[in-house]
Amino acid sequence: MATDFAFPDSAAKTAQARPDIASQPTTEFETEKMSLSMGPSHPSTHGVLRLQLELDGEIVTKCDPVVGYLHRGDEKIAENMTYNQFVPYTDRLDYIAPLANNMAYAIAVEKLAKLEVPARCQAIRVLTAEMARVSSHLLGLGAFGIDTGAWTVFMYTFTEREKLYKLFEELTGARFTTSYSRIGGLQRDVPEGWTGRVNEFCDQFLPILEKILAMLTRNKIFTDRTVGIGVISKEDAVAYGLTGPNLRGSGIGVDLRKDKPYSGYEQYEFDVPVGTKGDSYDRYLVRGEEMRQSVRIIKQVIAKFPGGPWYATDAKKIFAPPKDKILTSMEELIQNFMLVTEGPQMPAGEVYFEAENPKGILGFYVVSKGGGVPWRLKIRSPSFCNLSILPKLCAGCLVSDVVAILGSLDFVMGECDR
Amino acid sequence: MAIIPLERKPLTLAERTYIPQILGGLKTTLARLLKPTETLEYPEQRPAIPSGYRGVPTLVRDPNGREKCVSCQLCEFVCPPKAIRITPGSIPVDAPTAHVEKAPQAFDIDMLRCIYCGLCQEVCPEEAIFLQAQYSMSGYTREEMVNHKDRLYELGGTLPDQHHKWDKKLAAEKHGNAH
Ligand code: SF4
Ligand code: SF4
Repeated sequence: MATDFAFPDSAAKTAQARPDIASQPTTEFETEKMSLSMGPSHPSTHGVLRLQLELDGEIVTKCDPVVGYLHRGDEKIAENMTYNQFVPYTDRLDYIAPLANNMAYAIAVEKLAKLEVPARCQAIRVLTAEMARVSSHLLGLGAFGIDTGAWTVFMYTFTEREKLYKLFEELTGARFTTSYSRIGGLQRDVPEGWTGRVNEFCDQFLPILEKILAMLTRNKIFTDRTVGIGVISKEDAVAYGLTGPNLRGSGIGVDLRKDKPYSGYEQYEFDVPVGTKGDSYDRYLVRGEEMRQSVRIIKQVIAKFPGGPWYATDAKKIFAPPKDKILTSMEELIQNFMLVTEGPQMPAGEVYFEAENPKGILGFYVVSKGGGVPWRLKIRSPSFCNLSILPKLCAGCLVSDVVAILGSLDFVMGECDR
Repeated sequence: MAIIPLERKPLTLAERTYIPQILGGLKTTLARLLKPTETLEYPEQRPAIPSGYRGVPTLVRDPNGREKCVSCQLCEFVCPPKAIRITPGSIPVDAPTAHVEKAPQAFDIDMLRCIYCGLCQEVCPEEAIFLQAQYSMSGYTREEMVNHKDRLYELGGTLPDQHHKWDKKLAAEKHGNAH
């Protein structure tokens, strides 16, 4: 059976993937294939991914990703707790951009309840999701830099990311595990003066971003490692279900923020960058440009930051009443008890909602039989789908190219294994 | 306003010699030498903790020294990793706060399970449990990592109270209109 996953003819594959090295003779001696386990703890596998490589000298003839080392059964856990209790678990999907996951999950459940949150809540969610995108891409670029031998970039991106984390900490109370969304609203409103500080961050960030990108974009060492490496054609990108910067790197301008706007994304102006060749370098370029666009969105959100309530005030069976009411009035106290013990009340039905997360499209499929606990919750994680192309991409490459390809795909195992 | 293809300019001859990058790298490094460091020398220096930070969960007393928790067990119920264990108890009838009726006999938070999510603080109807500024916990045994009631009050201290719910209730009872 001829599938994409069996590579009997490594020479032909190499000729396709690396024409520059294919002409070198490798068959003069009697050789044996070697198998090599890369990961689950390897600096370039960014977490606990294991690649079972089959090598012909330096050339990879076969690559089998082994996933599941970080499997925690999140989907099953969700069936055993109320909708709000699951919010902390969404932090731990793509733990590089928890705020974006929180938002996607909350919107999915709100869609089930047919609940519209107020404009201020939507704006805060967009703001935090874009900040999460910047922080995710900063880490992605920094790690990609390290993978290809550029340590300095990482230092700069981490310094910037730390500033974002200080802002997250002030907003949500935690740097990493933000748990910021609630069904029908948020954990709390933005603190006094916080949006001003976000604006200040953006102003000082833009020149530094240019500096960071200048370290890589026209760097001969970096281009040597990435240009023409791991080329994903448009057809392949679609066939393997890639999403996010990896899809756009291949020249397909699909971005749900534009195509199926949610949470008020239609009000903001931004461009969707796409690559032209689909190689690792294009994926890097896309992430760099996306950060500029995210800063653009952040500035627009802050410029027209809406007032009003930050949670759905009319959804008594979904969002908890304010604390001072709980302390002073019997009715609200009972409402709070009901909400916590029974969960936010949802109608029976099923919904699928997907959001454009930094790593790609994160989807939540929720089946409810009514009540406050999901009957089934399925998570479509972008990293898992993005990694599915690895066997195809790595065959015929050098081992060092595998490192560059992994860095360019920018995945996170918390989400892949979930 | 829409999809923008990214341009890829080929490297110039000079750029292809690696020399501009090496010089640029040296410049970056040397410029950095003169700037202040971005790092902290932890633990001698500590980061500033903003208000509303979600650190170690603690129990608090009201300004009169009354323990605020009435052991309603809502936090125990909501805690996603089930880190909280409460044994409800009664307040003796001769105590000045006897009208509150309930207080926890035992209250344990297993810090090996706690994920610092803050849901306990969010749901508490008495504002009795707060995640405060402490963030580093350590111990030699698993047992040491369980915060018992005394330790929780020691960590929590006293927080201001805007409502004085139970004092008001007592005053109302004395005037014969409890409800
Ligand atoms: S801390 Fe609050 S929620 Fe927990 S038992 Fe005490 S009163 Fe109830
Ligand atoms: S912070 Fe979260 S995990 Fe920790 S005790 Fe409170 S509810 Fe439980």
